[in-house]
Amino acid sequence: MAPILGIMASQVTGHLWAPTGAYDSIATTTVGAGGASSVDFTSIPSTYTHLQVRYLARGSFSGNEIQIRMRLNSDTGNNYARHLLEGDGSTAAAYATASGSLMALGSIPAATGTASAFGAGVVDILDYANTSKYKTSRTLSGQDRNGAGTIDLASSLWMNTNAVTTVSVFPDSGNFSQYSIVALYGIKGA
Amino acid sequence: MANTYVAIATQTLGSAAASVTFSSIPATYTDLVLVSVAGTTTGAPNTFLQLNGDTATNYSIRAIIGNGSTASSGAVNNSSQFYIDYNAMPDQTLGTTVNVCNIMNYANSTTYKTILVRANAASRGTDGIVGLWRSTSAVTSLLIKPASSTFLASSTFSLYGIASA
Repeated sequence: MAPILGIMASQVTGHLWAPTGAYDSIATTTVGAGGASSVDFTSIPSTYTHLQVRYLARGSFSGNEIQIRMRLNSDTGNNYARHLLEGDGSTAAAYATASGSLMALGSIPAATGTASAFGAGVVDILDYANTSKYKTSRTLSGQDRNGAGTIDLASSLWMNTNAVTTVSVFPDSGNFSQYSIVALYGIKGA
Repeated sequence: MANTYVAIATQTLGSAAASVTFSSIPATYTDLVLVSVAGTTTGAPNTFLQLNGDTATNYSIRAIIGNGSTASSGAVNNSSQFYIDYNAMPDQTLGTTVNVCNIMNYANSTTYKTILVRANAASRGTDGIVGLWRSTSAVTSLLIKPASSTFLASSTFSLYGIASA
């Protein structure tokens, strides 16, 4: 079966199939021993109504945790807005950026964070193939390190009407660590 | 063509029960999703989740909570179970609470296991929860129980598997 997507991340393993059904696995990347600066899903078909990204990840950044980010169609311009509602186990806080160069998903454990702990996220990218609307994502994400960590509800806007054909997920600094996994799914409408 | 989002099992309680267990979970998926629509016979106790029968203090969670007037955050460390709700607990009215718990990359034997939860209770509010189970074992069983009381008859617990390419 011919692969329909390309995976651009270096030092990753992934395998592809041509999916059918209402909720399909489009592609999955598992990061190898060398780490990866990002996981990029390219040539995403427009045959679904929504996309969902599911990840379990850890970073190599030299700290306890690192932010995890997303860009669409490799756009690095200041065309994104974002809101986060975040809890750290004692305080709830809200953050927003009206004009930024990326989407915010939350954070993941990093090099000095609890060993073997990985952060997770479920990201919905709604009506991604529509060419009349800006694109909105919503995220539930978090990382717990038994005494530290964060839980996030995030929403981001890409102020562009282009159909989304590429999704890039990456840590704000450093690489994804080995065993990080990022999966892309497509959800069909009736 | 493989199914990607698969119903593994559903349990609908015929009578009140102290706990619900899913066992012999196959390792053929990437993530698990547990959907609970439950009530309790008395009170509004927290709902607990234990993996692989582990009752040691290997669990921790962080929560963000909205109760209709304020947002707050809480945590439980070195616990003997996951809390899969923090403020949005079930009570005696079935259908007013819904809980969706994602158990990420549950079958790998390299990483600790992380869960992500959205708990919703019409009368109390909504929770987001992340949890860590400090074990690298593949998850093969789930036990769900109220902190006190029993689950109401007709409570439903559905377990789904999400496969990946």
